[in-house]
Amino acid sequence: MSDDLLIASGLEVGFGGGKTLLSAAKPVVKVLHGVSLRIGRGETVGIVGESGSGKTTLGRALLRLIDVSAGEIRFDGRDITHLAERDMRPIRRRMQLIFQDPMASLNPRQTIRRIVLEPMLFHGVAKNTADAETRARAIFDRFSLPVACLERYPHELSGGQRQRVGIARVALLAPDLVLADEIVSGLDVSTQAQALNLLKGLSRDLGLSMAFISHDLSVIRAVCDRVYVLRLGRIVEEGDCEALFGAPQNAYTRALLDAIPLPRVDPGWLSRASLGDEPAAPQA
Amino acid sequence: MSAPILAISNLSAMSVRDGAPILRGVDLEVARGETRGLVGESGAGKSTIAKAILGILPSTVSVTSGQARFEGADLLAMAAPRLRRLIGEGVALIPQDPMTALNPGRRIEAQLTDGPRLWRGLDARAARALALKGLEEVQIREPERVLRSYPHELSGGMRQRVLIAAAFALEPKLIVADEPTTALDVTVQKQILRLIRAMQSAYGAAVIFVTHDLGVVAQICDKVTLLFGGRVIEEGGVAQMMEAPRHPYAQALLAACPRYDRPSAGLRPIPESVVADLRAELAREPAAR
Repeated sequence: MSDDLLIASGLEVGFGGGKTLLSAAKPVVKVLHGVSLRIGRGETVGIVGESGSGKTTLGRALLRLIDVSAGEIRFDGRDITHLAERDMRPIRRRMQLIFQDPMASLNPRQTIRRIVLEPMLFHGVAKNTADAETRARAIFDRFSLPVACLERYPHELSGGQRQRVGIARVALLAPDLVLADEIVSGLDVSTQAQALNLLKGLSRDLGLSMAFISHDLSVIRAVCDRVYVLRLGRIVEEGDCEALFGAPQNAYTRALLDAIPLPRVDPGWLSRASLGDEPAAPQA
Repeated sequence: MSAPILAISNLSAMSVRDGAPILRGVDLEVARGETRGLVGESGAGKSTIAKAILGILPSTVSVTSGQARFEGADLLAMAAPRLRRLIGEGVALIPQDPMTALNPGRRIEAQLTDGPRLWRGLDARAARALALKGLEEVQIREPERVLRSYPHELSGGMRQRVLIAAAFALEPKLIVADEPTTALDVTVQKQILRLIRAMQSAYGAAVIFVTHDLGVVAQICDKVTLLFGGRVIEEGGVAQMMEAPRHPYAQALLAACPRYDRPSAGLRPIPESVVADLRAELAREPAAR
């Protein structure tokens, strides 16, 4: 058996393409043009790109949340590209998603208890409610979340607490793969560091594989082993973080890196030209 | 040295609902043409200061003491009509979210000509010419087409350019930029920062840059004011703040920023003790009246 938990090859995804009332075919907009990647067991992989690069679409396709029009996805050695939803069900527990906006992904009308316990019962991870409750309390303790949070509703928690609840809910299902889509972009730096450290700890202790989607190369550098740089639906560069950040080969990767303002005085930074300045770049 | 464009002294404010302090004796002086970073994490009070300057404090916040002098006149002790005129003509805002700041139901032309017509008394034709010139200055191609567009027809970067044009249209002396690039991609962010800098030098405006991103501060600001819990924790030149921050909280905040160029530094959340010390210090202070 290979060391890779997930292997995707030649993924293509397009949106549109339906027919209008007068049966004129609508054009298909291709978002991914043959993307291939692999995620090793216990490995944390970064997927970086700007708006419109297709990084979120890629993440959704990897978890079979949207269908691909071409390519193949293998999870733990099994081809899941066209698996029926019924057959996907047991695999769903093993591949989990942490959302970007915890306020939008936690049901505002459910208590945190229900939000955290229900998935465990649904997937049969916990034997019964009492068992689920014990597990939830243990992980809340580990995440420095007060147990009283269980009685609360999402809006009563701080942003950092909500994000930790989102991570706890996923961790309790003991998945093999976690996809984290821009999960720290709205957070303060201190809360951000906290959430990232939690995830790093989890991946170490549970041997989790992680796919970390972000536009922030500094965040990717801090948590990932390997990184894929995505631009306009194609991977333009990939490699170990060390190598890629040390000596980026692709002009786009270099431009992305140079566009990040670092907290140090660099008088030339603002006037240094970058890729985004190309006159050819469409404005609208 | 000439008089500062903005001088905030001993500004305190509290929440009307529960009396919790929001600002605690904030002093802030901004010189003409200066770019000042106003930084801090959520709840530090940076937006409250920005709103006080713009005269748009919500009714849930009550100012308990202090002054905010814009060119010598106290904004907090001024009758509403005079305040409106003073701020309308002299102070402008570049908001965080260009989608919500623009009215989705009005064309860009209408939104760009409001200010000049109201405060300069320009007629429609002259205001339109001014708007066109503004769009050209912020390097928008096909400004004629953009004037006819609705906000949803423009990209995020374009909308932010439109708002920058709107902010500079009346040649204000002070601009409050409230997290103007937080919602943008890094490459677009860099273009927008460069544009703000260029416009600022052309018009000689002072800019108060509200942000939580110390990287942005390091690249665009002259001086920095760091806030925590409504109090100024540290203030100084940007180089000093980045290279040799004095306060333990400032040091911890800098260390918590992930940096691609320093992976070995790792992720160091702000130590609980630093925050606890600060909170204890704030609690010991006599509450704002």
